[in-house]
Amino acid sequence: MVGAGAAALHARVPHTHPWEDAATAHTAHTGPAADRGHAAFRAGGAVDHRANGFDPHEVLRDFDWGTTRRLPSGRVVREWELEAVDREIEVMPGVRFAAWTYNGRIPGPTLRCREGELLRVTFANGSTHSHTMHFHGIHPAEMDGVPGVGAGHIRPGARTVYEFEADPAGLHLYHCHVRPLAEHIAKGLYGAFIVDPADGRPEADEVVMVLNGFDTNFDRANEVYAANTVGFTYMDRPVVAQRDALVRVYLVNVLEYDLVNSFHLHGNLFDYFPTGTSPRPSELTDTVMLCQGQRGILEWRFPTPGRFMFHAHQSEFTELGWQGFFEVS
Amino acid sequence: MEAHGVTERRAPTVRRASPPAWLLGVVPLLLVAAALAGFAALDGPGLGERRGPPAEELAVERTVLRPGLIELTVRNDGPDAVRVAQVTVNDAFVQFDGAREPIARLAAATVRIRQPWVEGEAYEVALVTSSGGTVAHEIPVAVLTPTRDGSFFGLMALLGVYVGVIPVALGMLWLPWVRRVPPAWLRAIMGLTIGLLAFLALDATLEGLELAGEGSQAFGGPALVLLGGAVSYLLLSGVGSWLGGRRQAARAAGAPAGTLAVLVAVGIGLHNLGEGVAIGAAYSAGALALGAFLVVGFALHNTTEGLAIVAPLARERPSVGRLAALGLIAGAPAVLGAWIGAAAFSASLAAFLFGFGAGAIAQVIVLLAPSMRDDGGRTLHPAAVCAVLGGMAIMFSTGLLVSV
Repeated sequence: MVGAGAAALHARVPHTHPWEDAATAHTAHTGPAADRGHAAFRAGGAVDHRANGFDPHEVLRDFDWGTTRRLPSGRVVREWELEAVDREIEVMPGVRFAAWTYNGRIPGPTLRCREGELLRVTFANGSTHSHTMHFHGIHPAEMDGVPGVGAGHIRPGARTVYEFEADPAGLHLYHCHVRPLAEHIAKGLYGAFIVDPADGRPEADEVVMVLNGFDTNFDRANEVYAANTVGFTYMDRPVVAQRDALVRVYLVNVLEYDLVNSFHLHGNLFDYFPTGTSPRPSELTDTVMLCQGQRGILEWRFPTPGRFMFHAHQSEFTELGWQGFFEVS
Repeated sequence: MEAHGVTERRAPTVRRASPPAWLLGVVPLLLVAAALAGFAALDGPGLGERRGPPAEELAVERTVLRPGLIELTVRNDGPDAVRVAQVTVNDAFVQFDGAREPIARLAAATVRIRQPWVEGEAYEVALVTSSGGTVAHEIPVAVLTPTRDGSFFGLMALLGVYVGVIPVALGMLWLPWVRRVPPAWLRAIMGLTIGLLAFLALDATLEGLELAGEGSQAFGGPALVLLGGAVSYLLLSGVGSWLGGRRQAARAAGAPAGTLAVLVAVGIGLHNLGEGVAIGAAYSAGALALGAFLVVGFALHNTTEGLAIVAPLARERPSVGRLAALGLIAGAPAVLGAWIGAAAFSASLAAFLFGFGAGAIAQVIVLLAPSMRDDGGRTLHPAAVCAVLGGMAIMFSTGLLVSV
């Protein structure tokens, strides 16, 4: 079953394997970052998103609402199927990393639901290692996705169903909780989990940014940093935004090995809603700091057009990939 | 059993004398070639794929700093080809040229990194390979690499003359004094000379081993130093016996004092070649402050080398031209070494040259040792031991004045 699932996923995602066509994977996609004085990957190379099976530009606005049905009581049941898949990912141009993923992508699907719904997450382990899905939020102990409680370890080839209520409204995350914890997270097993308030949020241009990094040489320090896995990708192709429209960023930090991460916006300030659990912002600022697992919602409107940078305000992370542009028109 | 069979079979072959001897010598080689060809054609039957990830090893052989540019020449030391995918300098991705293709085993490539480096600051360059591994290279102090024009080579030549030629020539001025001392004193001077040389040999070996550790290990690393030593020892032994043979033919009996002096000069010259390489390379890398202190230190250190050359000539009457030639043999290689070190430094080559110098000196020590013998025929008599230790002490203390 699990193997079939992996094969189905493999067939569904349009891609080429880099080893089939190494030359075309490195055709001259000289990004603007390369020649505008910012740190950048080597000019003339680019990550092959097709081969990776996911594109960070699609991840930005890809909200997975799952499938729903109604119980006789009228309550909505929202269901997803996730599978752990071992997969080689090109994490910077020309560098491959043996990753562990949910559904073949990093970050895993952004699971989105409404407050009060009953959630059923079927987790199949198609990896060669034991994994779990541990959700942040309020749920029964046996649904916590940690070893030794409830279903505990989900062994290779096994599956389980995590079932709990969507509570509370806010921005959360999920990740694997099998030891060694740092490795299971750093290799790619994490994703954003959004619970909308029952009465929703104001209409906005919404994007998800999961802040992560990769330790490609296994020295417990990251070689490359990014929002949504591929460094500099939003420098080479900016995130498009509309002038005066409300922008909402769901920001989740899962970065392993570094104590903190941050988000800084140029030329604007944003309302910050820590964990997205309160309708009132905690502050109006242009820089927030997050430890691993910390997350928050950012809202603002661009009053003027142009290119505005966003990046970690740790210069090291910035110049190791975690930077991008908003292109406002 | 088998060996027995072979001898039985060989005897009749020789008697029949059908295949020529050279063919018999070549047959095993042909068989090896055929076996290897078959093995390769069958794609190594039974071996399968190698297990584990690729083994990636890159050694940085040369660092050149130009305005806004850091150039690293790297050599692939490992068994597999290595592709440099990205480069970071001080934890920031940078633009670079070169090494687009994978670097094959033992092949070298130059990576030209655009980096607005600041003089006097330290940099860590990391080459990120296609498997995600990193090869870190530290530049402890960034300084502009000198351009290699005429004036630069002139400066290197001057440096070589300062630290090699002049001190050795000055040291040779001890000759008149050496001529007049009584035999017991002369034996002590020979002991002193041996002590000086022993220190130089040790120093050269250690310096060579240190350099070998920095260079590409695929070429043998520390083995290069030992190989260099063996090569020069054997070469000088051969040359010595050849010269000695000719001299003896000309003069039925007589101490080969002239030969000894030449060999001492050659040994010291080879040592100064290595020293010149180290000085030139250190200057190129900005790791050497050219100052009066360095020159004075080397002058004191190397002046004693002049004494070592003239000591065997105490009972000879060499011409001024011959003395000048000996001085040049011993001192001039420092100039050549400085050029090599500044222009084409490779840690592996330098390590080999240091080993070469050490081997030459060891050979000279063996030749000189009999001249310490006292009337009783003892070599390591108390006076000789004191002299040898004294020689080592002189070199140790003057060596403290210079460190390259």
